[in-house]
Amino acid sequence: MTSAGTVIVGTGQAGFQTAASLRANGYQEPITLIGEEPHIPYQRPPLSKGFPLGTQDRESIEFRPARFYSDHNINLVAGERVTAIDRNERHVTVASGARVSYHKLVLAVGARNRLLSVPGANLEGVLYLRSLDEAVTFKERLAHSRQIVVIGGGFVGLELAAVAATLGKSVTVIEALPRLMSRVVAAPISEFFLNLHTGNGVKVVCGVSASQVSGANRRATGVVLSSGATLPADLVVVGIGIVPNGGLAQQAGLSTSNGIAVNEYLETQDEAIFAIGDCAEYPCAFAAGARLRLESVQNAADQAQSVAAAIVGRREPYRALPWFWTDQFDIKLQMAGISQGYDQIVTRGSAESRKLSVFYFKGGRLSAIDSINRPLDHMIGRKLIAAGTPLTPEQAADESVELRKLAPKSTPEQVR
Amino acid sequence: MPKVIYVSHTGDRKEIDVPVGTTVMAAALKNGIDGIVAECGGVCMCSTCHVFVDEAFLGKLPPTTDTEEAVLEIAAIERQPNSRLSCQIKVTEDLDGLIVVMPEKQR
Repeated sequence: MTSAGTVIVGTGQAGFQTAASLRANGYQEPITLIGEEPHIPYQRPPLSKGFPLGTQDRESIEFRPARFYSDHNINLVAGERVTAIDRNERHVTVASGARVSYHKLVLAVGARNRLLSVPGANLEGVLYLRSLDEAVTFKERLAHSRQIVVIGGGFVGLELAAVAATLGKSVTVIEALPRLMSRVVAAPISEFFLNLHTGNGVKVVCGVSASQVSGANRRATGVVLSSGATLPADLVVVGIGIVPNGGLAQQAGLSTSNGIAVNEYLETQDEAIFAIGDCAEYPCAFAAGARLRLESVQNAADQAQSVAAAIVGRREPYRALPWFWTDQFDIKLQMAGISQGYDQIVTRGSAESRKLSVFYFKGGRLSAIDSINRPLDHMIGRKLIAAGTPLTPEQAADESVELRKLAPKSTPEQVR
Repeated sequence: MPKVIYVSHTGDRKEIDVPVGTTVMAAALKNGIDGIVAECGGVCMCSTCHVFVDEAFLGKLPPTTDTEEAVLEIAAIERQPNSRLSCQIKVTEDLDGLIVVMPEKQR
């Protein structure tokens, strides 16, 4: 394997998008896209939604068919692990021993599941969900399970709980913090989703953690809670977050903290090496420059496009607006901006009407909007936040104030 | 099998056989149509599968939802009365010959 050109490590959303955007930008040099998973690049969001539910199959979640990579002269190396980066010689080494040289290196190495560290966590029947292989296993096991305990009331845990309940399973979600998704959404949204889940037959227990997974014949049979109670289970799913893959960068002497450290151009301290997506910690323009590591499609795809532009000579600071969604039962939660650190919230609509938006303010400035069945609040909200359009909490709370009239006429590029 | 005709902003036409039930977006990705990006994967979050639908077929399409209308607000090329998101158009026998024109840019 020889290359030069651009080497991309990681075949997730960020890696795929970098390769696709480089070619779309007219880049003529070799592109090598290397990933550990033995699959062509695929979308992760459906893995906890349509895929286990059975509404989306494997083929439908591939970003592009296999032919796309040969048609665009992208050397896709799937099922191969990069073991080292030689920054002086500008090459990477893969597990089989081969070297691939680079002019630019893009680390889109993603993250791995945070593992449950209690007795019994290794028992058969304790599953995680991040990769396609894990999703295939989950789907198979779910079909033969009756009682499911989900550890972690975050996005992935709740999406899987919704899937399992929709398929008629008995489901309990346990969350260590006092409310669902509490790191990212305000109380009215947590409460809405608590009611949504309990209304669909899911049992939700907040403020307790798992202290043990009990088992028999090496198989999980239940989860022992910090409260002392035991929940019987024939399937335990753990969704307690992810840990960025910083090892490769760290070994190469690059700075890592909560992820691989990059500047506003998404460059590591080595100007030939970028880091993007779930693995990268960057100064976020929409959080007053605070260093964030975001785990989302938007972040991966937009950072990839920023880097692809830089590689073809259009180097500009990364300034895309963060946005996110989650699907649970028949509800889509749409999120725009960064709510972290908010000091005030106001709402529009109501939980009773199942049309609700929460507007987050920090120091009087609109920083984020979470919307349920109010899609215009979300989309117009993206424009408002991206453009920094002034909006007072009073205006946000007043339904008679039409957000569309306040928004900039032309849509800022950062929102797409 | 119904045909869908994809027309680039410069007027290049590609005719694709699309199985009933497949979206206009998914068929584009599968068949190497470059003018459709579909960044969010078809869940009405991103506007990068925006198309202009030939007037003759507009009335045959199911109406837009509030969600689709909202997404069209952020399209890279300003929406027109015949704008749709191709992820929301499932091909039916009745749509045989559907012509969609792709905008100059999706981002």
